[in-house]
Amino acid sequence: MHIAVCIKQVPDTKNVRIDPNTHTLVRQGVESIINPFDLFAVEAALQIKDQTQAKVTVLTMGPPQAEEALREVLSRGVDEAVLLSDRAFAGADTWATSVTVAAAIRKLGDVDLVLCGKQAIDGDTAQVGPEVATLLDVPHATFAKKIEVLDNPFLKVTRQTDDGVEVWKIPMPTLITVIKEVGEPRLPSLRHKMRAKKAQVPVWGIADLGLDSDDVGLSGSFTQVVRVFSPPRRGDQFLIKGTIDEQVEQLYRYLKEAKVPGI
Amino acid sequence: MKALIDVKKCTICGVCAEVCPFGAIIVGETRVDVTDECTLCGMCVDTCEFGAISLPEVGTGPVADAEQYRGVWVFAEWREGAVHKVSHELLGAGRRLADKRGVELAAILLGHKLDAKLSDELIAHGADRVYVVDHPSLTHFTDEAYADVLVHLIRQKRPEILLAGATSIGRSFIPRVAASLKTGLTADCTELDISEEGLLLQTRPAFGGNVMATIICPHGRPQMATVRPKVMRPDCQPGRQGRVENVEPPAGIFRNRVEVLEVIPEKDQTAKLTEADVIITGGRGLRKAENFAMIEELAQLIKGAVGASRGAVEEGWIAPTHQVGQTGRTVAPTLYMAVGVSGAIQHVVGMQGSKIIVAVNKDADAPIFDVASCGVVADLFEFVPAFVRRLKQEQGE
Repeated sequence: MHIAVCIKQVPDTKNVRIDPNTHTLVRQGVESIINPFDLFAVEAALQIKDQTQAKVTVLTMGPPQAEEALREVLSRGVDEAVLLSDRAFAGADTWATSVTVAAAIRKLGDVDLVLCGKQAIDGDTAQVGPEVATLLDVPHATFAKKIEVLDNPFLKVTRQTDDGVEVWKIPMPTLITVIKEVGEPRLPSLRHKMRAKKAQVPVWGIADLGLDSDDVGLSGSFTQVVRVFSPPRRGDQFLIKGTIDEQVEQLYRYLKEAKVPGI
Repeated sequence: MKALIDVKKCTICGVCAEVCPFGAIIVGETRVDVTDECTLCGMCVDTCEFGAISLPEVGTGPVADAEQYRGVWVFAEWREGAVHKVSHELLGAGRRLADKRGVELAAILLGHKLDAKLSDELIAHGADRVYVVDHPSLTHFTDEAYADVLVHLIRQKRPEILLAGATSIGRSFIPRVAASLKTGLTADCTELDISEEGLLLQTRPAFGGNVMATIICPHGRPQMATVRPKVMRPDCQPGRQGRVENVEPPAGIFRNRVEVLEVIPEKDQTAKLTEADVIITGGRGLRKAENFAMIEELAQLIKGAVGASRGAVEEGWIAPTHQVGQTGRTVAPTLYMAVGVSGAIQHVVGMQGSKIIVAVNKDADAPIFDVASCGVVADLFEFVPAFVRRLKQEQGE
């Protein structure tokens, strides 16, 4: 079995906060981390590898420094990594990103299962996974909390929905997006760290993927940002002071006046 | 490609460099340069008071036949035989957009053995027309079946706009529809409008809600958006007139590659966070699992759901389905009450869309107070029981 995992390097939100006075984004240093949901996808792949000796290849699309993210997952035990990097990829919306990632998975050739995190924490769209599945013409399942390997080619996927849990039987090739409950990501091991240091990480650009510059990046995108602005400030903010009983009474009256259901 | 700086307008003030999340703007002595780090996120564009920064335009398109796409569509969700609230909200929003465009508003209802009263309900909430596809392959939601049918309908009828709820169903299969149709999709919108040119203006939070971005899809059709539940206002007019059309899916459209083995509804009503009007959330400040009972009691009294911070879930005090925040659920209830939650950014991004945020924490410097509408600096072990007593007193116990 060959599993491809798609990961993304994102700005570390720990370093991002809102200036309470100017209400703008405050950035302290520009550190990048691997999108947390993608680490769950890597873990899900490694769990399947533990059981089936599957080969795990990790892909990321990003600037040259995204190679760090690939070396980190190599040190956690994935077999191979490929960096999709080209100036032409910049400014891609989810469609143009999906075109690029799908082309890379096709180039890998024999992929049975594509795993992605539920969504990236910078864009929060959750769109690239299902869009890649569509472009590869494979079925997909989202928000998986558990993946079990059944008789080839089937997988049993337990999905968390807004309303409960669903259990699906889905044939490979397929694409699955995962949530936290698939398992806590394992830590890098010394052996894999050594290997990760030496590993060759191929870089694929548009020519390698057989794409045209009009297919990718901003040129290949449908959606365009026309305005970025600060969110409207939250109405009056206030503190309730006094003794516990006074605080209770004030909060009760405030919620009553605001007509909060149930109060 | 990167952000474009008009040197004639730029005053080299450097404000743009401060807001760039990627450090891609270099302010020199005589000019400002954008480096290859630029991801075209657009953060800098609005901060420039001189209008010197712009983004290059998207290239895909134009659709030669954009004029042939007319009408606004809402994908109608249902659960257990009833229309989902988010669909009522979307019809409210869709009605306003359709009226601005002078076009029809239609609702799309997919399923099997659906009750006719669902269509009446959609019409009462604003739909001029309801397209119903009834087929055994649509009994349970699966992405491929739902997407393939919706794609078929869109190709046939050509709506200019399609809206769906940003629910676990909408967020899962609508990207499949957009990719099949080769058009753009904007996730999790919180505001929708029509531009002077007649395009759909889709506004959504970006960077964990720290900024808002307005997005257009100039060339792809339909213009597609998923919309967060509990943001748009529903409008119900019983007795409103509309038409119901049953559409037969073409033979062979269902590939049925996925088999639904089991659907297990969540029994714990307090875990239904996305639909709740009130959420009471407990954090590490509760100190131990048993103390969560306090949160549960309070939630039960005001018929709210129970949320938890990542810390509380990691301590094993409560099931992960209750987690609010970046790796949990995103919620926007009328009242969000955070008890003993410090308010790390990862938590805040999951709840800052709530209408009223009440924070109870004994640490007056806790970051949760930065987002709270109403802050209560108090020991939660004194405050919560007293507040519970007050509510019980009111409820006549």
